[in-house]
Amino acid sequence: MKVRLVDIAHARSGDKGDTANVGVIALEPRWYQVLEEFVTRNRVAEHFRGMIEGAVDRYELPNLNALNFLLHGALDGGGTLSLKTDAQGKVYSTALLRMVIDVPDAEARRLELPAAK
Amino acid sequence: MKNVVRVAAGQGFWGDDLDAPRRQVEGGPIDYLMLDYLAEVTMSILQKQKERDPSLGYARDFVGAMESVLPAVVERGVKVIANAGGVNPPACAAAVQAVAEKKGARGALRIGVVSGDDLLGRLDQLIAAGHPLANMETGEPLSLVRDRVLSANAYIGSEPIVEALGKGANVVITGRSTDTALTMAPLRHEFGWGATSWDQLAAGIVAGHIIECGAQCSGGNCLYDWRSIPDLANVGYPLVEAKADGTFVVTKHPNTGGRVSVQTVSEQLVYEMGDPHSYITPDVIADFTTIKLARDGDDRVLVSGIKGTPPTDKLKVSVAYRAGFKAVGTLVYVWPDALEKAQLADKILRERLERLGLRFERILSEFVGATATHGHLAGDQRNAPEVQLRFGVRGPDRAAVERFTREIAPLVLNGPPSVTGFAGGRPKVEEIVAYWPALIDKSVVKTKVDIIQ
Repeated sequence: MKVRLVDIAHARSGDKGDTANVGVIALEPRWYQVLEEFVTRNRVAEHFRGMIEGAVDRYELPNLNALNFLLHGALDGGGTLSLKTDAQGKVYSTALLRMVIDVPDAEARRLELPAAK
Repeated sequence: MKNVVRVAAGQGFWGDDLDAPRRQVEGGPIDYLMLDYLAEVTMSILQKQKERDPSLGYARDFVGAMESVLPAVVERGVKVIANAGGVNPPACAAAVQAVAEKKGARGALRIGVVSGDDLLGRLDQLIAAGHPLANMETGEPLSLVRDRVLSANAYIGSEPIVEALGKGANVVITGRSTDTALTMAPLRHEFGWGATSWDQLAAGIVAGHIIECGAQCSGGNCLYDWRSIPDLANVGYPLVEAKADGTFVVTKHPNTGGRVSVQTVSEQLVYEMGDPHSYITPDVIADFTTIKLARDGDDRVLVSGIKGTPPTDKLKVSVAYRAGFKAVGTLVYVWPDALEKAQLADKILRERLERLGLRFERILSEFVGATATHGHLAGDQRNAPEVQLRFGVRGPDRAAVERFTREIAPLVLNGPPSVTGFAGGRPKVEEIVAYWPALIDKSVVKTKVDIIQ
């Protein structure tokens, strides 16, 4: 079943130099396992291909039902050097929430995940 | 010892809501008002101001804030901790004294002034002594941009603030203290946490991280269920109610808008997060994967379980240096084919800059309303009602950037059709002051506390 991240998570992002961070938090604690399983480092790197220049790191925070991603080379130099509208990476969070993941039907039903419309 | 100590945040950055400090001292009982004024580039702005006038170089908003909270400080014993000192804490203290005197509260303030973070005058000596102050991102030594450095400050921790409070200060003014130390220090002072009480110190840092951006943990900028967050016009700024064991509740004053929930606090916890296992500060390394959040009634979140480990022997240094010039110009193209028209304008502009022989380090064009923030993820935007071409250049040559700013307006008459939104006039050329993060041995940074009465 196709599931939109925006339907199962919320997020906030910020910056550190030329790196943007995106913290993604499951809307329901039981959905955290879906984030952990399907929103992988590679999947996120693929998602942002062409938008960021560096690698992606992923950290897990099961205590907050959250994942933290670092998107390196995402801010056109970052800080005052950047010419971007989003020079401080404030809305990369929402760009990540555009992701659609493919969850096996049985698991999606068991966790009552909302299907992508 | 107090059972519960209340620290309230009244300012998340220089430019935040001017009335928030007053609302924090009047809205309910608090022990400390914490005001964070310094972002990465703020120090360099303050340094420029100090160069023009040696009596400046601090966050002047703080003087007005002090005026508005003076009755609470004088009559109810609320203490104020702020990194408003910027690159000139003594001048900031003098300005606060002047305002107290004007209000007839002379003698009521005991101001602790923290200094020692400013490394600008010592830079050459430090570099000569073998401290390269290499850029943490690129590894390049500071000597590369030494002649363009505007300010250099070490991020200092809670120690000098605790010292000032121990000496009876009711207002503590620092320069480049870490944002989180401003909250942790009063807890450490009140509860007598030792320099190796790692878990408690880490809890104080997490409390600081949660409230250092003001209302961003109490409903502001919160994506979760954002439509339901009440009365943001009257948003309540956050406060922590902390206990000696390091547990604390995040809440806000009654009869204020916004919301404090597990979700609003979670969003703030992940804001600007790096490796959550090691949130490094001068005092302690906090492990954000140990934080437990639980609802504790309406607009109350209990935070517990936090673990800390010893810090490193380095301090982070924030260096600001001149890094050339930039300008950004915009034009709005309108349906039909808004995006295509904006794209053609971009192409024409690039050709004209090329023909003029203008060279830049960087040219960036964005299409606001179509792809500026979400890139290809935004999908097909060919039917957008309007698209703003946002065209920026950056380079070392001011004249080239200046020349670029004259190339936007002509496009209105000699470029693609259906264009508007140019009433703002020619783009402004801005000097770039860039940020150079580095590390330095802790042992070379000596802080000092002066008490002024």
